Amino acid sequence: MAKVVLENISKMFGKVAAVKNCDLTVEDKEFVILVGPSGCGKSTALRMVAGLEEPTTGTIYIGDRAVNDLPPKDRDIAMVFQEYALYPHMSVYKNMAFALKLRKFPKEEIDQRVREASDILGIQDLLDRKPKQLSGGQRQRVAVGRAIVRKPAVFLFDEPLSNLDAKLRVQMRAELSKLHDRLQTTIIYVTHDQVEAMTMGTKIVVMKDALIQQIGTPLGVYNFPVNLFVAGFIGSPVMNFIPCRVLSKDGRLMIDAEAFQLPIPEKKAPYYQALAGSEAFFGIRPNDIYDRLFAPEHLKENAIRAVVDVIEPLGSEIHLNVTAGKHNLVAMVDTQTNVRMHQEIELAIDLNKMHLFEKNPPNLRIAAE
Amino acid sequence: MVGSETLGKRVLGIYLPLAFFIFFLLFPFYWMSLVSFKPTNDLFELKYNPFWLQTFTLENYLYLFQNTDFSEWLKNTLIISVVSTVLSLGCSILIGYALARLRFPGSNFLGVGIFLAYLVPPTLLFIPLSQVIAKLNLYNTYWALILTYPTQLIPFASWLLMGYFRTIPKEIEECAMADGCTRMQALVKIILPLSLPGMISAGIFCFTLCWNEFLYALIFMSSGPMKTIPVGTVSDLIKADTLFWGALMASAVLGSFPIAFLYSFFVKYYVEGLTAGAVKR
Amino acid sequence: MGSETVKSRGGRSLRRLLDRESSLGIILMLPGALLLIIFMAYPFFLGIWLSLTDSVIGEMGDFIGFRNYTDLLGDSIFHQTARNTLIYALVTVPFKAMLGLGLAMVLSNRMRFSNPIRAAVMMPWIVPTALSTLGWFMILDPVFSPISWLLRSLGVIKQNINFLGDPILAISSVCLVNIWRGIPFFGITILAGLQAVPQELHEAAAIDGANAWHRFIHITIPTIRGVVLIAALLSIIWTFADFQLIYILTKGGPANTTHIFGTYAYQIGLSATDIGQGAAIALYMFPILAVFAILLLMYLRRD
Repeated sequence: MAKVVLENISKMFGKVAAVKNCDLTVEDKEFVILVGPSGCGKSTALRMVAGLEEPTTGTIYIGDRAVNDLPPKDRDIAMVFQEYALYPHMSVYKNMAFALKLRKFPKEEIDQRVREASDILGIQDLLDRKPKQLSGGQRQRVAVGRAIVRKPAVFLFDEPLSNLDAKLRVQMRAELSKLHDRLQTTIIYVTHDQVEAMTMGTKIVVMKDALIQQIGTPLGVYNFPVNLFVAGFIGSPVMNFIPCRVLSKDGRLMIDAEAFQLPIPEKKAPYYQALAGSEAFFGIRPNDIYDRLFAPEHLKENAIRAVVDVIEPLGSEIHLNVTAGKHNLVAMVDTQTNVRMHQEIELAIDLNKMHLFEKNPPNLRIAAE
Repeated sequence: MVGSETLGKRVLGIYLPLAFFIFFLLFPFYWMSLVSFKPTNDLFELKYNPFWLQTFTLENYLYLFQNTDFSEWLKNTLIISVVSTVLSLGCSILIGYALARLRFPGSNFLGVGIFLAYLVPPTLLFIPLSQVIAKLNLYNTYWALILTYPTQLIPFASWLLMGYFRTIPKEIEECAMADGCTRMQALVKIILPLSLPGMISAGIFCFTLCWNEFLYALIFMSSGPMKTIPVGTVSDLIKADTLFWGALMASAVLGSFPIAFLYSFFVKYYVEGLTAGAVKR
Repeated sequence: MGSETVKSRGGRSLRRLLDRESSLGIILMLPGALLLIIFMAYPFFLGIWLSLTDSVIGEMGDFIGFRNYTDLLGDSIFHQTARNTLIYALVTVPFKAMLGLGLAMVLSNRMRFSNPIRAAVMMPWIVPTALSTLGWFMILDPVFSPISWLLRSLGVIKQNINFLGDPILAISSVCLVNIWRGIPFFGITILAGLQAVPQELHEAAAIDGANAWHRFIHITIPTIRGVVLIAALLSIIWTFADFQLIYILTKGGPANTTHIFGTYAYQIGLSATDIGQGAAIALYMFPILAVFAILLLMYLRRD
């Protein structure tokens, strides 16, 4: 149980920066998720915490100690890898006992801890097997079990679920959340899957191109993405972005996307004032677009017309790919919606959930909180 | 195989050439064994068919142990081969691991250097090396060969082991380090047990080369009882005019046997090692 | 706390050296590198120095520049030696490669006892060359040769053939033994290459209408070309610098007609104790070896 602090951490591989000026505080018992596309530096950041890579600049603290000079074994961390990294020549039991044996724990305690961990994970029956006799999900459990027996100050997870099939992944997600609740330990978890980030983390850190883009709670990042990248990366289906021009008309801010014009709600207008007169991206999530017929009353006034290109009925909802003017949009509409391809439809937009991102430079954000 | 083959085609295409190869490649061994079990007199009897055994005898083998230093040679060859193999394997594990896993200044350069060392033949070096051995006072000591053989073994063994280490996922080792190993502990407890087949290949390769080496042994081990089997056989059993063919062949058979025996057990590993450089890289 | 830190500093700095990749890498290279430096790199440079002196065994000589090298250029035995070496290393390669390919093709068929057969045909390559060469020494003996006996019994010849006593026959004989020894190396290497060719490729080609010959030319040959090239380069380097086979069969005779660099350097440098000259003979190999080594290195690093 410990706090982890990254202070101005950078990592260069030759001339390429893998992580740039990273400042991050992970509070004790937090479940922090580093999320971003592959190559964004999230794994490198994690590996520096583990001691598998040396930071080029900056200091890493675990608890109150600066750990830059400590080898992995002295950092009191346990790590779970994407490929599980089980020792192929050892049984499951020995895999789990290995770290404790190295630390010269008494036999009885090793045994007790291994049994305890295997009970938690439901792998009691597998203790005598070799890793190659296990299924993917079982291997994953053993890898987690091997970390648990250590009772480390910090758990590090490096994309642990990405080799599992979709169904198992959902199940393991829930189990890891439960596990965190039960162990009350600090967890740093790296993934490229924003769903994992949204569902498990108490705090998520979005990275891209070696830089931290945004740090916040899952809902905070979802509702108030600071830039185009974060907005597009977090949330599924992906947010719609429509190039537009911000107009100031009769003292009201408007969005002009040629095919349609929409007023910016009074509540949000002050934040976007600076954008008046410039090019921008109007962002709206598909689930904030309604078939006007089934939209809540107060949203019906802000509607646009669009032509339906593709209809994807998913049972619980319908995804529509539509064209409004020259812009393509995705809308998630009510299952009662009855449209056919190439038909026109009226879509109501919940402008209270709108986002506006400056076009140049696109990653500079106009605060909307 | 593609298409079905008739028996006739198989005989022509496979069994006939196979018979040729087996005959050509194995005849000298047949001949050596044959002569080694023949009484010397039978060799001179022109009316006998030389391709067959008229009388079976072990006298040549007895002669070898009673009238020559063969048992000494055997002991020398064994000691030198084992110690040199262990030494080379130790050095090669460290080099192979460093080249496969560690980023350190000059590693690329050293990797190429090791590869080039593999191509340096003993004939290029034996004259100056004999001076070095003389200066170090190592003539007619085991050390002369134990220390010089590794120069022929380390390059290939390192190369082979490096390739093997690279096939082991890096995460396993990193996990061991997070679990509490130092790098060296991770090497000993995790990497080495997992690369056992690679080490067997490398070990067999080293042992075979030590056992078979001729030039350095010829030069550095000139005193009778310090010789190795190949050198002793060639230099002590071939005496001008009076050739002890039976004993000579018996010695050749006995000297070849351990290698053939070892090899037939570990064919797979040897072939893997031999082809590692060429095919897998 | 303070005194404890001081006490453990020595141990800790060693441990840090072992934990850091950059220092650990160099430490791990050291034992092997040391052996290679003392018994390979140093002798190499010592050899260059020796070749520039008139040293004899037991006595360091004076610097005489390139005289050893220029003397050799006027030495007719050396000319013969250089010619022999080239024949011995280059002419044998196509035979080894073709026969090796044949062996590999035969072995790649599914058959009974394929493992023991593979093990058996490898024997010429793995048993001590010095000892198997002794077998050939007898097979090629003027009196006891079974070949002569066979030909005589068939009435082809009247007198035993003196394989190692006639210059042309002698060089042919050592080449034959060298080919015999090299076939398994090529065979097993090419076999490994053949097995890397996916069977589907052959099947796809057969469906496309390729007969066995077409498949051999268009699928088999291109896929094993690299392996054959590597095996050939290695074989050339090793054969070029061979010693024992010739030393045992002919010792360079008759009348110095079968010397190669290795045996001639041995005769001049050690038997005749003229180590300066001997070192020069050996070093004449270096440029040629270097060319083949570089070719090999370039090929291996081509991507």
